[in-house]
Amino acid sequence: MKRIAATLLTAVAASILLFLLFELSPRSVAIATLGPFATPEQQTLWLQAHGYMQPPQVRYCRWLGHFLIGDFGQSRAFAAPVSSVLWPRLGHSLILVACFFAITLPVALPLGIAAGLREGSAVDRIVSAIAVATSALPPFASAVLLSALLVTRLHLVPGTSIMTEGWDWRQVVLPVLVLVLSDVGYLARITRTSMAEIMATPYIRAAILKGMSPARILFRHALRNAMITPFTIIMLQVNWAIGGVVVVEAFYSFHGIGTLLLQAALRKDLPLLEAATFVLVMIAGITQMLADIGYAFLNPRIRLS
Amino acid sequence: MTEGQVVPPAASPAGLRLNVLTRLYPAVLFRSPVGLAGAAILLFWLAVAAFAPWIAPFSPTRSFMPVAPMMAAAPGGGRFWLGTDLLGRDLLSRLVWGTRSVVVYAPLATASAYVIGIALGLWAGYRRGVTDMLLSRTADLVLAFPVVPLYIVLLSKLGSSGFNIVFAITLSTTPGVMRIMRGLTLDLREQAYVAAARLRGEGTLAILFLEILPNARATLIADACMRLGYVVTAIGTLGFLGMGLPPPTPDWGGMIEEGRVLAILFPHLVLPPCLAIVSLALGCSMLADGLRRGEGR
Repeated sequence: MKRIAATLLTAVAASILLFLLFELSPRSVAIATLGPFATPEQQTLWLQAHGYMQPPQVRYCRWLGHFLIGDFGQSRAFAAPVSSVLWPRLGHSLILVACFFAITLPVALPLGIAAGLREGSAVDRIVSAIAVATSALPPFASAVLLSALLVTRLHLVPGTSIMTEGWDWRQVVLPVLVLVLSDVGYLARITRTSMAEIMATPYIRAAILKGMSPARILFRHALRNAMITPFTIIMLQVNWAIGGVVVVEAFYSFHGIGTLLLQAALRKDLPLLEAATFVLVMIAGITQMLADIGYAFLNPRIRLS
Repeated sequence: MTEGQVVPPAASPAGLRLNVLTRLYPAVLFRSPVGLAGAAILLFWLAVAAFAPWIAPFSPTRSFMPVAPMMAAAPGGGRFWLGTDLLGRDLLSRLVWGTRSVVVYAPLATASAYVIGIALGLWAGYRRGVTDMLLSRTADLVLAFPVVPLYIVLLSKLGSSGFNIVFAITLSTTPGVMRIMRGLTLDLREQAYVAAARLRGEGTLAILFLEILPNARATLIADACMRLGYVVTAIGTLGFLGMGLPPPTPDWGGMIEEGRVLAILFPHLVLPPCLAIVSLALGCSMLADGLRRGEGR
């Protein structure tokens, strides 16, 4: 219950922030909508027609009410309802994120487990080196480097992901690869640390000493506890991935919610900007809530009040 | 609580405090080759920023359009070591001058996040109770926001300028600093020397800033270096998203953004600034690693 309340609080805070930033002053809304050359009379007419002459708290409640039922208003840049633009774009981004997780998890988790099982071994040192090297590599940097290598030198994959001729899986390769590269080392390191901690506990030592088979120790005893931290981190990665997705989409001109957000910001398309931000904050908030609930579920020692 | 109540250092063991001050960091650092390499990278870029007018062969905003072909890919030989950009400006000069904006804004943003974060963290950790709850909840709230959309929203409203970039990054970095400081304070406030200071009648401010803060500095300095690296990449990301410093100013992230469209055909436009950002961020995290290891033993 507490977690759900916290998520709701985040949503409310996000909405208040957005409202204060963009909707509080009716004049700025009018300027953003009508352009800088509209006369004050035109602005006033528009504001009256769209109900901006009421006090801020009334406008806030009405604005929030529309948001909650999914009515985000009309996008100026696209000349269409925001929801008709937003949801398909979000779908595209989710495909990107799904591919990212589908590749990162099977690579990072086994690597981290192998490294954590034997601290100081060759595998461990290689994983640590990769983790250090990639953790300093922000998405835009790996995008530049990978493109220079795979596109310009080797001509393996297309260098943009505009997808003018329908959906093309080859154009998804690079964006996903960039996301994977900037995150796989971090996740592997987290898994390694967690695994190494568990392997040093007395109950694992006891299991080894009584001659239990390594596979049984790993799968029945160590993994269950060692996976608690990585699970939480994976859920929290969604928050990070949103940022990465924005950057990657911008670099490859992928038509997802990230480019939408950026376009809306650059064109001052307020309804679209507000809606895209709100949706992203909600996604981040909900995954964090799931992470906390899942954490308590995996680790019965933690109890949510 | 007032300034007047701050007891001069003589009230506490002066020799110990002197010892704390004279234990300089380079000594710790020399034990770790990784940290040393990180420090060297940082010093290199600091020197480049300081001596930019002498290092850069041309003005960063001067266009050689009629002379230099647009986007002359000229690594090595010619007059333009790294080639020229879309507007015929010398890339090396822009890279060198661009160092200045990073070297100024990244430490500025980190420092302001630290000043605010430390003050709030000390307060929350020392007071505990309702103060702590309110501050921690607020920090959680800010941390729950995805960072990049937050930057985009803030900067698109406020407009991108050096000050607003520092403000946006401070806002997103402070809660993390506060959390660490709060945790350290919760731990340190139970120490005997804090109890002793309280018995001597030292004021709360004196206890916070003269007793607790100095004893948390090892963790804080290593953490600050790490965060500095994050801030460097954050500033690069902002520039890349077109929300960095306004155009004529040479800025690493901005250079990547300008060259992005043609990056596939002309990687020389984006590779140098990209490697510069990565090396600086890597330098920071290596230094942080060295400091942490050096303190560990």
